[in-house]
Parts: sequence; structure tokens; C-alpha cells
Amino acid sequence: MSLHPFVIELLQFALLLGLAPAFAGWVKVLKCRVQGRTAPGILQPYRDIRRLFGKDIVLAENASWLFRFTPYLTFGVTAIAAGIIPLISVDLPLSATADVIALVMLFGIVRFFTALAGMDIGTAFGGMGSSREMTIASLAEPAMLMAIFTVSLASNSTSLTQMVSVMAHSEFVIRPSLAFALAAFILIALAETGRIPVDNPATHLELTMIHEAMILEYSGRHLALIEWAGMMKLTLFFALGIAAFCPWGIATGGDTGLLLLALVALAAKLVVGACIMVLIETGLAKLRIFRLPEFLGSAFLLATLGMIAFFILE
Amino acid sequence: MTHTFAAQLNSLLAALILLSAFALLAQRKIMGLVHIFAWQGLLLSLSTAVIGYASGEHHLYISSLLTLGMKVILLPYILYKLVHKLKIHRDIEAVVNVPTTMLLGIILVVFSYHLTAPIRELSNLMTRSTLAVALATIMLGMLMMVTRRHAVTQILGFLAMENGLFFAATSATYGMPMVVELGVALDLLIAAFIFGIFFFHINTTFESLDVEQMAKLKETD
Amino acid sequence: MPAALDIAGFSVLLLLVLAVAAPLFRPVRTLQITLVFSLAAVASLAAVVAGVMTVADGSVASAAMTLGLPGLPFHLRLDPLAGFFLVVIGLMGFFVSIYSIGYVKGYGGQRSMTQMICFYTLFLAGMLLVVLADDAYFFLVAWELMAAASYFLVMYEDEKGENRRAAFLYLLIAHVGALAILLAFGVMAGQSGRPVFDGYTFDAMRTAQLTPGWAAAAFFLAFFGFAAKAGVIPLHVWLPEAHPVAPSNISALMSGVMLKTSIYGICRFAFDFIKEFPWWWGGIVLVLGLISAVMGVLYALMQHDLKRLLAYHSVENIGIILIGLGLSMIFAAFHLPTLAALALVAALYHTLNHAVFKGLLFMGAGAVLHATHERNMEEMGGLIHRMPWTAPLFLVGCVSISALPPFNGFVSEWLTFQAFLLSPSLPHPLLKLLIPLGAAMLALTGALAAACFVKVFGVVFLGQWRGHQKRERIHEVGPSMRAGMLLASISCLLLGIFPTWVIGWLDTIPEQLCGGRLAESAGKFGWMWLTPIAHGRASYSGPMVFIGILAVVAVTWLLLHARATSSRRVPIWDCGFARLTPRMQYTASAFSMPIRRVLGFLFAVREQVEVVPHTNHPSLPGSLQYRLRIRDRFWNWLYVPQGDAAYWIARQVGKLQQGRIQIYLLYSFVTLIVLLVFLG
Repeated sequence: MSLHPFVIELLQFALLLGLAPAFAGWVKVLKCRVQGRTAPGILQPYRDIRRLFGKDIVLAENASWLFRFTPYLTFGVTAIAAGIIPLISVDLPLSATADVIALVMLFGIVRFFTALAGMDIGTAFGGMGSSREMTIASLAEPAMLMAIFTVSLASNSTSLTQMVSVMAHSEFVIRPSLAFALAAFILIALAETGRIPVDNPATHLELTMIHEAMILEYSGRHLALIEWAGMMKLTLFFALGIAAFCPWGIATGGDTGLLLLALVALAAKLVVGACIMVLIETGLAKLRIFRLPEFLGSAFLLATLGMIAFFILE
Repeated sequence: MTHTFAAQLNSLLAALILLSAFALLAQRKIMGLVHIFAWQGLLLSLSTAVIGYASGEHHLYISSLLTLGMKVILLPYILYKLVHKLKIHRDIEAVVNVPTTMLLGIILVVFSYHLTAPIRELSNLMTRSTLAVALATIMLGMLMMVTRRHAVTQILGFLAMENGLFFAATSATYGMPMVVELGVALDLLIAAFIFGIFFFHINTTFESLDVEQMAKLKETD
Repeated sequence: MPAALDIAGFSVLLLLVLAVAAPLFRPVRTLQITLVFSLAAVASLAAVVAGVMTVADGSVASAAMTLGLPGLPFHLRLDPLAGFFLVVIGLMGFFVSIYSIGYVKGYGGQRSMTQMICFYTLFLAGMLLVVLADDAYFFLVAWELMAAASYFLVMYEDEKGENRRAAFLYLLIAHVGALAILLAFGVMAGQSGRPVFDGYTFDAMRTAQLTPGWAAAAFFLAFFGFAAKAGVIPLHVWLPEAHPVAPSNISALMSGVMLKTSIYGICRFAFDFIKEFPWWWGGIVLVLGLISAVMGVLYALMQHDLKRLLAYHSVENIGIILIGLGLSMIFAAFHLPTLAALALVAALYHTLNHAVFKGLLFMGAGAVLHATHERNMEEMGGLIHRMPWTAPLFLVGCVSISALPPFNGFVSEWLTFQAFLLSPSLPHPLLKLLIPLGAAMLALTGALAAACFVKVFGVVFLGQWRGHQKRERIHEVGPSMRAGMLLASISCLLLGIFPTWVIGWLDTIPEQLCGGRLAESAGKFGWMWLTPIAHGRASYSGPMVFIGILAVVAVTWLLLHARATSSRRVPIWDCGFARLTPRMQYTASAFSMPIRRVLGFLFAVREQVEVVPHTNHPSLPGSLQYRLRIRDRFWNWLYVPQGDAAYWIARQVGKLQQGRIQIYLLYSFVTLIVLLVFLG
């Protein structure tokens, strides 16, 4: 039996919307286990979101329409991104909506508006979070582009489906350029999704929070949407890494059996990826904010070395 | 192991050697530098063995073992002892800040790629593309000596340069004659001992290994 | 249907007539303003029509006028490149003229309206003529008309010393630039091999056979001249001085449109006159573009004067346009016409986009200035509540300039990135490795621009009001100003959503200039999908992104509002302080502090913190004073030495002035004798 591409598209939307909290929960559980704490259970994010949806909203007196609009936009844009990255099948009709560069810019919209919302109320924390977030994003951007450039050299394309098909169907070749690009991508992904050592997603300590500082004033369904979008973003960055660097096992068409196989492969890769991230997060301490330029600078260096390695060695 | 696979493996090792050269530029702690230097030696030794296997030049195995012994075990051990004896564990100060050094490094790599382009055209060895990396390693070692202030980092830079030279020899002509290699190895060993002795003297005279202190030796003013 | 050139001529003529006739209406001020600016809008629209027609059918029309010097008549020519710039000028002229009706009325009876109106119309006419001119003589006349008119407009509020100084600096650099352009024309004409006056027509320059050395001399002289006008670093110093002090409608035109005439000039020289050039010309243009882009946005981040900040962003965007042009020249030099076409289209598209969003932003800044009488961002805040129209329209400008989809700035930057990504197809190994680093710098620029506009919008429109005057006194601006901004923001959105049509329309320009076409591959999959080179290479769909975001947001909103959960308004959580005051907010300087720390070595930053002791208890701190001064390093490096040299020479010459009549008579006497000696 073969599924229509649009069915696959819908399937993928549902998959990401539905399973992102589970993935975030899995990361949390793993982290607790590694650090010797009691884990809350993999379903905890679902319970959190449900609880937040049921709560009333408390808005500051001077919150503007932008503050109320931002959660919806954040969720909407992240959902669009969810339809673009090929997860289980290359045959994804909406994937051509944006190539990798446009995809990065889509995440840029989310960041732009979240940073604005952080400044809307006029507390010091919001401004602090926005300022730091935008600084980190600025420094991460060149490294991100360099990594994209390096990956696109191998497939001669920045279109995700094309990259995935080339990678998944070429014979095994050791490519130093891709190894460097992957290392750079991991560093950037840590920065973009606000994980240790760049930002601590679990902190509410005034002086160290970045992302949390921006969304401190949110409550109720607004917060639920932002949290959900955040979990989706984390999953999407994993998906992007998988699509760009190890897409093996992805289905080429709509064949159900192959799709199931691709789903299993994806799940396995996500589980392994989460383990790697948890190990990084547990092994490293959060960096001082003015050490970050060096952290992101090394990401840029790695990506550039990848590009150079492609031209020199391959 | 097929021939192409060996070439790919060698490329990967070359890329890692380049990375380790950059890591030497970025690292602030002396012990960290010694570790990275040992890793670089290991990669070099592996690469030599791979080239030896692929090209059928079996004397390269001996070079590989020699590298392993000298640069992965002996020299790092000597430096390790030295660092402990002299009790230097602080961060080392650089003359130029790290990101700028990195950018300079990237430019040097591009420059060495440009320099070796004509040789790449002429040569038909499987290792010809790694020549650029070898030259870049030499230049990065030099850059490290220029931009760092500590005497130990100077010798590490020097040793990294030697690594680059060795790598250049294996990539350009499948290694130097055995006699030369043995001689170089012996020279290195002696150089390391002499450096060690000098460090002790510098340290007792200036109570520091910061080479900036040596500016005091200038006669004027 | 009248020919495109006739329509363009009508447009210029109408503007010139308006300039002459405006004083007649002087007694009825309101009528004068409304009538003249409405007619200027009509004239601009006519220019747009002429331009759209020309570009669409790729036609070339030329005419010789009976005006001019004997034996040297003025020549006019309208080809697709000129047509495109007519559209840029006309479109912004249209929006800004509508906006000006309300804006200029805001000056009340304080100033001469006639002066503003005359120079405004002359300025527009001058820009149109620069693009239409087809000989060096006419070009320079139009160029000077544009420069002089804009000089008087910058000087409009001339009672402030700051304004006079800025206008003088502008005039000075404009003239140094004009001189270089004149020399470039001289070189071209001298080498064209035609009799003296014939060499000055652009036709002669197109067919001139130049030796490589003379071609380089001509190009770089012209490039220097145009770069001075465009504000390319290091010739940018006049720009952040002159743009803020001009009235905002003029800033919008100067920043959005006037700078683009120099892009036109560079295109004309490189692709139309010289055609064959080595790759390093493009390399120099590319490197200067990159420097301008990165330094421009960094300087902008450090500003807290709203209009000055926007002026520095013009430096940045001119840089981005030059990046596209430089890439296009490199590709063209290696005879890769399709890639050259892609980069050229990216540059031209960004030219149009920048005109629209920068015009919009300056109009928005004008509206803010109109309402608050304040240019310093540190004295603003929370305007979103008081200006419900201006805020979202300004936001559209912010999103566009930050290159975020689905707005227009994104599309042209994306195309530039695509041009960068195609650099591996160059046959030159060194360029392959170096050009991608340029792409990284462009990415840095884009991200810093986003940071900068979060700062602008966040500090000006969000948070709480920081100013001294009563917040209640701030009011939304009038309907004509809103209309001008609304039209510009709609264009921002449309240019972002329908890039395929725009590229299809633009296609005749790259075809004539570098022999490559783009539309066929770009629009292969219909208007929804933009696929610049091939669909397997990269694709983007503006409509899908726009509709998709809209749909998901709407569905989420509806789903969540189907169930009743109440929302409560409460005072801001103040962390246990007695009261959260507006002074506790992040300021513009605070926002850019991390970037200042990280990249501060590029500027001359001086920070001073002074602790003033408490009056009663001297051992306790009473108040803190923080002073921050950021200076442009180029000013000290390049301009101060030149200024000093000029002063030194002036002082030496000044020694001639003795104040005694005998000495002056002696001067005349000596001169007479010297002349007689030479004659004899």
C-alpha cells in the first residue's frame, strides 16, 4: 500500500506536534538518570501543557497586542517548519517551501518576536534576555551559514529533500568535511535551542537565564504554546541534524512498510541523539556569557575547516 | 582495505591533524596543550602507517613506530614532567586574542592551499592533496610561536612545526630516507633535553617562563 | 498608447513646472501643500508606469533634445536598467509625496513652505534625469541638480549649527565624488577615439575600445565618485550626519532613493560601458561591500539616535547591494552569464527592497518625531499604545530590513546567499575558498540587523514611556502620513510574497547587461515557487510561508478561544521592589552592550563611570553617572588628517592677509611685474 504525499505531510505534522513533548520528556528523564535524580516520567511535558492550557491568563497592565500575538506566531512558524524537514519520507510536497537557509530564517522570526515580547512589558529581565538572545544569535549565524555551505557542497543543493536523497543514496565515503560540519552543527544547535553550555533551560536564576528571561511574563495558554513550540524546536533541530548528516533509512516514496521502517530508524536516531546531548549537557558547565564568542567562534572554525577540507582533500 | 578507502582514511587523518593544529592555537592550559600535542603525534603516526600500507613502502611502518614512540610517549612525558617540576598550571596569556588568531590561521590555510596548488598538479601520489594540510600545520606552528608568550608554548609550537614537516615529507614523497628520519628524531630528542635545561635556567633567573621577561636583557634604556 | 519615454518626460516636466509654479500658490498654504504634493505623487506614478513598461518589454528608446549647448544637445535614453531605477525613484516618490502632505503641514507656519516644495520637486526631477541622461554633460547637470536640491533640503532647518555643519560636509563629499565622476567620463571620452564633443555621449562610451589600464582608471574613478554618494565605507561619514538632520520625508528619499542612483551609475559603467573586465574589479567591489555591510550594521547598533541609526543601516544595505554587484561582476568576468544574472538580480532586487523598507522606516521615524519631538531613543518607549497605526507599520519595516520571511528583505538576501553558494563553480581555486567567507559575513550582517531592529522597536515602541513630557500628549499622526506608510508596507509584503513575478519582470535587465536569463528557471514551477537556478538546488515559496503561518495562527487562535479561559490584567510583577519605574527598563545602550563588549575593538569606545558621593554622607554613593562615547575610527584615520592639512594650508595662505593697504598694493604691483616678465 502506498500513501499519497499529502497524507505523509499530514502524518509528519501530527507526528511532530504529538511527539515533540514526548521527546522533550525523554531528554529530561535521561538527564535525571545520568545526574542521579528521580525522573518525572516521559509524559510529564504533556501534563504540563495540559495544565497550562487550563489556567487563566495573567497579563501585565501595559501588555500590548504584540505580547498576546507572539505565542501564536511562535507556534505557527514552528509548525510550518515541522512540515518542511523530511523526517520519514523524501516525498514531502511542502518541503520545497523553504530550503535550509529559509528554514533558519523561519526560526529567526520566532526569535525576533520572542525578543520583542520580552521587551514589551518593560521589566529589566525581559530586556536582558532579549539582548543576550539576539547577541548569541548574531554570533551563531555565520557559523550556521558556514555549516550549511559545507553540507550543501556535497549535494550541490540547499534544498532539504535533495540533500537527504543524495546523502541517503550515495555509497559510503569518509568525508572529513561532513564530520567537521556535524561538529559545528552540534555546537550551533546547542546555542540555538538554548541548552547547556550556552543557556540553561531549567534555570530561573535571574543572572544566568536567557530564553527564560524573555518569556518570564507569560502565563496560561500563551505559555503553553511557547513551551510546546520550544519542544518542537528542539525536536526539529535534531531532525535537521539527522536529515543533513545521517538520513539513512528514510523512505523514498509512500510505501507503508518503508515508512514504518523509516519511523523506527528515526526513533532510534532520536534516542541516540538525545543520549549524546544529555552527555554533553551533563559533562559541561554553563559558560559565562562573554566566553560564548569563543564557543561560537570554534563552531565557525569547525564549519570553515569543513569547507576547506572539502576543497583540499575531497 | 582498498586503495581508495586508504586514501579517504588518510584525508580524514589529515583533516584531524589540521584540527589539532587549530586546537593547539585555541587551548589555554599547558597540560591541555601537551595532550593535544600527543594526539597530533598519534594521528601523524596512524597516517604514516596508512600511507605505508597503501603505497607499499614498508619503511614507513618504522617511521610510524618511531613517531609513536617519540611524539606520543617520550616527548609528552618529558614536557609533562617539566610542567610538574616547574609548577606551571596557570592559563597562558596570548599576545593576540584567540578568535583573531583563529582567523589568521584560516587565512594561512587558504594561503598554503594556494601555494601547493602547482605541486598538486604535478604530483600523482595519492597523498598529494594532504600536502596543503602539512604546509598549513607548519605555518600554524609558527603562528603559535609568534602569538604565545610562554616558553613552553614556544617549544610546543616548534614541535608542531616539526610534525608538519614530517607530514609534508610523507605526503610529498612517501617519507624521507630512513637515515635522515632517524637523525631528525635524535635531534628532536636532544633539542627537547636542551630546552628543558634552558627552561630551568630561565625559570631560576626570571622566576617566570614568560618570554616577554627576556626583553629586560635589552641593553638600551 | 504613449511611449514610455514620453511618459517619463511628462513626469519630469510636471515636476519642473511644479517647482516653478509653487510660489504662485503661496498665499493659500494648505492648498499649496496638498496640490503640489498630490501632483508630485502623480508625476512619480507616471515615472513608475514608464519604468514598468520599459523593463517589461525590454525596449530601448532614445531622443536628442534641442536644449543644451550648441553642438552638444542633451540626450535622453530609456533602457530597462534606467527603467528599473525609474520605478525605484517613482515608487518611493509616490509614497513619500503622499506622506509629505501631512508631514509638511506639521511644520505649521514656522518655515517657508515654498522653499521645501521647490527643492523637493527639483530633487525628484533631478533623480529622474540622472537615470534618463544619455550623455556625460547632461548626466552631470542632473547629478548636480540632485545634489544641490538635496543640500538645500538638508539645510532646511538651518538655525541649528549641527545642521549647517552636516550639510556642508555632505556638499563637500558630494563634490569630491562628482569630480571623480567627471574625470571618469573624461577618461572614457578621451579614449573613445571620437571627435571632442561626440565622445561625451554614452553611445560613444559604449563602443569605446579601452586598454585595460584606462578601463580600470575610468571604472575606479567612477566607482570612487559613486561610492562617495552611496556612503560606502570609508566614504560614509557624511551619511549619518546629513540624513538625520534633514526633514524625515527628505531622509526617506535620500536614503531610500538618492543613494541608489550611484548603484545605477556603477551598473552603467561596469556592465554597459566597459563590459569586459578582470575578476578583481568585482573582488574589490565585493570586499568593500562586505566591509560596508558589517561595519554599517555594527555602527548602527551603537547608535541611540533613531534617524542616525537608520542612516547607518543605509550604509549596511548599500553594502549588501554591492555584494550582489561584486559577485555578479566576478561571475561575469569568468563568463558565467546565468550566475552573473542571478547575482545582478539579487542586487537589483535588494535595491528596490531597500528603497521601500528604508523609506518606510524613515517615514515611521518621521511620524515618531512628529509625535514626540524627540530623536533620542532613550527618551521614548511604549509608543505602541499611543500610535496604534505607526507601530505595526514600522514593525513591518523592521521585519523586512531584518531579512525575515515572508517580507521582501528576505528574498533579496536569500538570492544573494544563493549567488554565494554557487561560487564553487568558479574556475579559480583561491576564490572558491575565499568567497564563502563573504557569505558568513553576510549572515553576520543579517543577524546583527535583526538584533538592531529588536532594539529599535523594543525601545521605541514597547515597554514604558521614558520621556519627560506627558505621555498623554502624544498622538497618532494624520491620515496622509499613515497612507504613505501603509502603501510602503503593503509593497514590502507583496515584494516578499511574489518574487517570481518580480524576477520575471526584471529579466530583461540581466539579459541586456550580462547575457544571461533567470526567469525561465526561476519561475519554472509557477508563481508560487521560486527556484532561482534549478528546483533541486534551492527553492522558496513566499505565498506558502505567508499563508501557512496565517493559517496555523488562525486555527490555533480559534481553537484556543473556543473555550472560555479568562485573562486578567494586573500590575507588573516588580520583584518585591516598591515600584517598577520606566528607568529600570533596558535602554538602547544597555541592549547593545554585549555586542559592544564582543566587537567593541572595531570602534573607539570610551566608557566613563563617575560616582557622585551622597551630599549628607560623603562616604556613601549618591548617584552614578555613566558616559559612553563611541566614535567612528575612520573619522580619525582618514578625515581628521585631511582636515588638519587643509587648515594648515589655509593658515599658510592666511599669512598673505596683513591688513595694511601698502602691502596689498605691493601684491598687485608684484603680480603685474611678474606677468609682464612672462609676457615679455
